[in-house]
Amino acid sequence: MDTVNLIIDNKPVVVKAGTTILEAASGIGVHVPTLCHMKLSDLNIENKPGDCRVCMVEVKGRKNLVPACCTEVSNGMEVNTHSIRVINARRTVLELILSDHPADCLICPKSGKCDLQNLAHKLGIREIHYQGEQSHYRADTSPAIIRDIDKCIMCRRCEMMCNKVQTVGVLSAINRGFYSVVSPAFEMNLDHSVCTYCGQCVAVCPTGALTEVDETGNVIRALSDPSKTVIVQTAPAVRAALGEEFDMEPGTLVTGKLVAALKRLGFDYVFDTDFAADLTIMEEGTELLNRLSRKLSGDKDVKLPILTSCCPAWVKFFEHQFPELKDIPSTARSPQQMFGSIAKNWFAEKLGIKREDLVVVSIMPCVAKKYECGRDEFKANGNPDVDFALTTREFAALIKVSNIDFSTLPDEDFDNPLGESSGAGVIFGTTGGVIEAAVRTAYELFTNKPLPRIDFDELRGMEGIRQATIDFGGLPLKIGIAHGLGNARKLLEDVQAGKSEFHAIEIMSCPGGCIGGGGQPYHHGNAEILKKRQMALYREDKNKVIRKSHENKYIIELYKEFLEKPLSEKAHHLLHTEYFDRT
Amino acid sequence: MYKMHLLVCGGTGCRATQSKQIEENLRAELKAKGLENDAQVIITGCFGFCEKGPIVKILPDNTFYVGVESEDAAEIVEEHVLKGRRVERLLYTDPENKEHISDSKHMGFYQKQIRIALRNCGFIDPENIDEYIARDGYFALGKVLEMSQTEAIEIMKKSGLRGRGGGGFPTGLKWEIAYNNKADQKYVVCNADEGDPGAFMDRSILEGDPHSIIEAMTICGYCIGASKGLVYIRAEYPLAITRLQIALKQAREYGLIGKNILGRNFDFDIELRYGAGAFVCGEETALIHSMEGLRGEPTVKPPYPAESGYLGKPTNVNNVETFANVPVIFLKGHEWFSSIGTAKSKGTKVFAITGKINNVGLIEVPMGITLREVIYEVGGGIKDGKMFKAVQTGGPSGGCLTEKHLDTPIDYDSLLAVGSMMGSGGMIVMDEDDCMVSIARFYLEFILEESCGKCTPCRIGNKRLHEILKKITEGKGEPADIERLKALGNVIKDTSLCGLGQTAPNPVLSTISNFEDEYLAHVNEKRCPAGQCKALLKYEVDENLCTGCTLCFRNCPVGAITGERRQPHHVNQSLCIKCGVCLEKCKFNAILLT
Repeated sequence: MDTVNLIIDNKPVVVKAGTTILEAASGIGVHVPTLCHMKLSDLNIENKPGDCRVCMVEVKGRKNLVPACCTEVSNGMEVNTHSIRVINARRTVLELILSDHPADCLICPKSGKCDLQNLAHKLGIREIHYQGEQSHYRADTSPAIIRDIDKCIMCRRCEMMCNKVQTVGVLSAINRGFYSVVSPAFEMNLDHSVCTYCGQCVAVCPTGALTEVDETGNVIRALSDPSKTVIVQTAPAVRAALGEEFDMEPGTLVTGKLVAALKRLGFDYVFDTDFAADLTIMEEGTELLNRLSRKLSGDKDVKLPILTSCCPAWVKFFEHQFPELKDIPSTARSPQQMFGSIAKNWFAEKLGIKREDLVVVSIMPCVAKKYECGRDEFKANGNPDVDFALTTREFAALIKVSNIDFSTLPDEDFDNPLGESSGAGVIFGTTGGVIEAAVRTAYELFTNKPLPRIDFDELRGMEGIRQATIDFGGLPLKIGIAHGLGNARKLLEDVQAGKSEFHAIEIMSCPGGCIGGGGQPYHHGNAEILKKRQMALYREDKNKVIRKSHENKYIIELYKEFLEKPLSEKAHHLLHTEYFDRT
Repeated sequence: MYKMHLLVCGGTGCRATQSKQIEENLRAELKAKGLENDAQVIITGCFGFCEKGPIVKILPDNTFYVGVESEDAAEIVEEHVLKGRRVERLLYTDPENKEHISDSKHMGFYQKQIRIALRNCGFIDPENIDEYIARDGYFALGKVLEMSQTEAIEIMKKSGLRGRGGGGFPTGLKWEIAYNNKADQKYVVCNADEGDPGAFMDRSILEGDPHSIIEAMTICGYCIGASKGLVYIRAEYPLAITRLQIALKQAREYGLIGKNILGRNFDFDIELRYGAGAFVCGEETALIHSMEGLRGEPTVKPPYPAESGYLGKPTNVNNVETFANVPVIFLKGHEWFSSIGTAKSKGTKVFAITGKINNVGLIEVPMGITLREVIYEVGGGIKDGKMFKAVQTGGPSGGCLTEKHLDTPIDYDSLLAVGSMMGSGGMIVMDEDDCMVSIARFYLEFILEESCGKCTPCRIGNKRLHEILKKITEGKGEPADIERLKALGNVIKDTSLCGLGQTAPNPVLSTISNFEDEYLAHVNEKRCPAGQCKALLKYEVDENLCTGCTLCFRNCPVGAITGERRQPHHVNQSLCIKCGVCLEKCKFNAILLT
């Protein structure tokens, strides 16, 4: 391995050839500030346009300052990261950015979590010496994402996510010079575009230019309306990340405190989306087995591979980009919508109230869920199955605004009957989790034998595209997994070309799956956080007594009492859906 | 065989002043007189002396007619072609001794020029490959194909040719780097995205001698091991595009590009790619992104295009003028080429000289010639006998040089040393009437329009520089503004991503350094010494000269002038819009402009 010797701030450093000055400096504890740069190491995601010019450093012998993030080290290089020339340049550059940025930090949704604000603090900016015109653009509100483009600093992180990682291609730089900004083409509104609302742009935006639609006010109003019964469901990935909003270590599981907080907020029933995840497995797993046995019995029309359909951004993606494949995904609704449907159609009746008087709130790691619950097919007479979807971040804000000291809350349990879940439901929150949950159930239903093992390590990991073959009692079941829509696109293109050999494919839009969702606490470019959240979910699964969806006794009861059996007419009506060509 | 050739300039400048009609009339006249088999009308590329266009040159006696109009065709044919008498009134008049000069080589404009890159412009019909071949065209390609790649690159290195697009990087070295980067596919790109205000040398070469570019690109392709060439050309150059397309078709028909060129195991062909006219696309990484269909914005170097360029493959990018020099180097030898110029800058440079100068046009002069020689001898001095004030070289990225720099030799390093640069060859001359603060503001306006918006210093910093300059020219400047311009300008230079941003503050910094007095007058005295900044002008009535004729009162469009008949008038400054009508109308010089 080639090594390079150089000097950074008078300290000798030896690093691998190809290392950037930024990485080399960081190795010796010199943290050069950055703004546009972002690297999610294990996910192969990097934004390195070298355009904010904050990380400029002085290299002896070079005429101009160089950006540390995209300058590779070379032998004998002498780098100074804090000479007066560097500090002056860095502060001037930051002052320039601030001179074209609204100074409304006090009321900005990003306040306290804003990379630009943090940097201004770190560099001790007290005055902006170069005031002048500020650029203004039309604000854009969609069902899930708000674009306040006056706050765009052209870091291009969102563009990189939207184009390179997700291959959705909605966001890109438009205009020129001072008026350059990232936007959909022709400043089109997001809801007219092919945006999937995956929210990865929101997850990486360093400022308040991209944020989620805030529904906390609606939830507070519902909670204080005595005529309403308000119930809540929380998605699996939320419990592995919410603690970060209260300064806990990433990967801390806060399931019990989360339940306690929801009860203190005044929800009448606190339920778990994991329950609905178990239900999803019953439906989707049965659908897989149906298609599989039809295939085995020689039916040529059967569509395989089956694709998972839990992720609303993924659904919108294929509706826009691969409408001709819309018969291939499972027709099973997502857990959020299955929960909403059961709540409004069964639980409301059980409580003896009208569906209009039952308010269903969901706590999701996702911004696309806001869009999903507004889709017409998930409404009855205009009344949605799920009324409001809050992100993990909005939920944390709700806890804070209600004066709840989260860290000292006791652990409390979900309510029944929609609060009990298996470990299979828990791992829905990570890439590989849905298909592992499906395998646990489908195996036993297909082979009529108990699983020899419950953990399928071959399905786990962070690789963007993974595959594994599981022995289904002599039948090798070929499974594909993709997270990130760019990876999904690759598998879909194979399906389109008839080259795919998989029987089932799991797809999640966000890198890492829901743990890396657009509504989660900001990771600020630290991929370790995503890994810790993933490990937390597997830990929760391991600690569960029941780890297979079909063994969840409340699921069994629900079928007995109401749904009859998976894919029954009632199940079909309440738990399945259809897809639309959106081209 | 024709006895006489009538060369009519077909460059964009002369075309705009009806040279097409001159051509048609000449043909018609020749036909009417039955001379169509004796004299031939040829449309050529630009002669360079655009100030005096349209130009018609007659061979073999080398008569150079200037300012020709379409009605002159009959006289030219009748007198010159038929009777062998020159049309005296159409000859160039020497501004010094007022004598007519018939042969262009005796004109001041041409005397100091050495035409290498422009060798065929104004001499051959650019739409006829045989004329190019008759001038030893494609002979250099034949010679190169006899050599090994490294031998040819060595000749390029020894010639000392440096990039004419502005950077001045040694061309041979650039080729060598591209040659050394191994890949299954490489590309040769000709940068024809000429964008400096007032510069048109690349356009003229492409219009006047397109085959020289095709030949040079093919030579380059052979040297570096590329089979594909691309010309990135502005869509606003329709004539150059048309001539290039004709030339490519002819070269393909003659087997000079395509498969197995000249019977060798070497394939090379060229395609055109059209630019939308963004100045930044002249920067090679931005140019490549634009060709790839991406937003035309630069990326950090390294990687250089020679390693990872078009579609990620090794790519050699040279500018039009650079390529135009290449065939000559192989024809006449690197020794001959490197004998012209200075120690570190070899050969010639083409400049588009314009502004307050007598001989506006396109010139090609040897490196090392002084600014004084170019401005006073080639350029014929300052218009209307005014005082020289400054010369801007290097386009919007360059600097403004003054009287004290006039003896600076024109080469890459000397211009850099005095705070300007060679650039791609724009040269704008300014006289005493030009306000240097306004000039700096003008150049920044250009930069604001052309910045891609990618990096912070260029996107926002130049906007702020411009705002400060605007404030100063509007009479609202404060003493601290000059320091702020310098401080911010230096940070922009130090931190911008590409050459556009790194050089954008040059006009501001160089005018502050060379004309600080003018800035101080604007800021401290609220006065524009050149009288250009409207907001700082003050029209007043000299009470001693005013006769009370009321002419100014009656013509003032905003009623800012008051006064009784036969009594001195008065200008109300709060109403005055500084239109200057009073000054123009006053017959007694009683309006004072301060």
